[in-house]
Amino acid sequence: MPVIDERSRPVLARGTRLAMDKATGQPVLLFPEGVVHLSPTAHAILSRCDAESSVQAIVAALSQEYEASETELKADVLQCLEELCARKLLILV
Amino acid sequence: MNYRPYLLLAELTHRCPLHCPYCSNPASYPAGGELTTADWRRVIGEAAEMGVLHVGFSGGEPLQRVDLAELVAAARTAGLYTNLITSAIGLSPGRAEELRNAGLDSVQISFQSDQAELGDAIAGTRAHARKLEAARLVCGLGFPLTINVVLHRWNIGRLEEIIRFAEELGAERLELANTQYYGWAFRNRGSLLPSRNQIAGAERIASKAKVQWAGKMEILFVTPDYYSKRPKPCMNGWGRRFLTVNPTGDVLPCPTAGEIKGLRFDNVRSHSLSWIWTESDAFNRFRGTQWMPDPCRSCEFREADFGGCRCQAALITGDPGATDPACALSPYREKLLSFVDSCQDSVTSGGAAAGAFQTLAFRENPPA
Repeated sequence: MPVIDERSRPVLARGTRLAMDKATGQPVLLFPEGVVHLSPTAHAILSRCDAESSVQAIVAALSQEYEASETELKADVLQCLEELCARKLLILV
Repeated sequence: MNYRPYLLLAELTHRCPLHCPYCSNPASYPAGGELTTADWRRVIGEAAEMGVLHVGFSGGEPLQRVDLAELVAAARTAGLYTNLITSAIGLSPGRAEELRNAGLDSVQISFQSDQAELGDAIAGTRAHARKLEAARLVCGLGFPLTINVVLHRWNIGRLEEIIRFAEELGAERLELANTQYYGWAFRNRGSLLPSRNQIAGAERIASKAKVQWAGKMEILFVTPDYYSKRPKPCMNGWGRRFLTVNPTGDVLPCPTAGEIKGLRFDNVRSHSLSWIWTESDAFNRFRGTQWMPDPCRSCEFREADFGGCRCQAALITGDPGATDPACALSPYREKLLSFVDSCQDSVTSGGAAAGAFQTLAFRENPPA
């Protein structure tokens, strides 16, 4: 499995997309035969995975938007991306 | 406890160009004409409002419906994830592009074998070459491709070749789906069930392949419940996550629930989907755990496997409320085991010999 670092540029895998769960009002990630219920943080991270932005850029944007420290955010972001990469729902370009 | 549905299986038609003898469609078709485009659009909209996230367009062969792309577009507009579950017969370049433009998210194509000769013999028609063409087309258009191969005694010996075949075709997912014995498959089970040795061999090959292809192609293989000690958690529980609308508009808690005699299904022509989900007798009959007899009622696994499959209980014991005989604790276990034992000697290891299929009843189409 590829290693994710600050320079990785993540993007959702083919056939995977974000959607809203009308039953709960919460964001979800949909893919063939499956669903992942997302936390608001995970949704904020994934909606920035556009194959252009690096992990560093995503952390910086989130840090500004949520007024949180980059160091704390970076750990969360990496953990979230690693989990989804392991499930092949996210790829790195 | 309130349950909400996640997946709608939209069985658009029972018509199909293939005649596979393991088809899970009912061996006697329900009366009534197919739903109209307007009916389906309403059903899809209602499903989305209820919280459904995925819609699987299935059948029969869903490509037999000329309004398929229109229904896919309606589902996408309603926010649903759309999957086409197809034999791929009828998936021309024009049709595939139309579906892509409608927003179709993913495609699952069935293959009967990795070889044309065996594949066509099982499908009861010359289908294999056309499927190959369609699978390449699907990958070329950028759809994620799942290949589904239903396994039985005539093709399970080719598991290694089948896995290589799926990988070469560019599948992202391979479902090695052991036949489930309902509908036509139940009728043919004495000629389809693999032997114990075949299953053991297939399990070894599948677990090795899962590791070998990890990260490249996801491989799903579940030991058939006839050979397992625990029942499958059928539908993740009756009326908990899943609903099927059949071609005539009946709403079923599982695609094969029509096997249960005496269970009456409400129809989307006379009720809303949401009423049927929450209020109808069919959905409430086996929901939760209150209906369970012992040994299920007091079993520590009752929320893990939900007593297994109601259709299987009905088919094998005559009582849809009984513990699934696939469970080692079922009082009817012996009925299943004696059937399994009776199959061991009739399975030859040499694959499909000429004339081997003579005992199979091939699926017929519903009357026009």
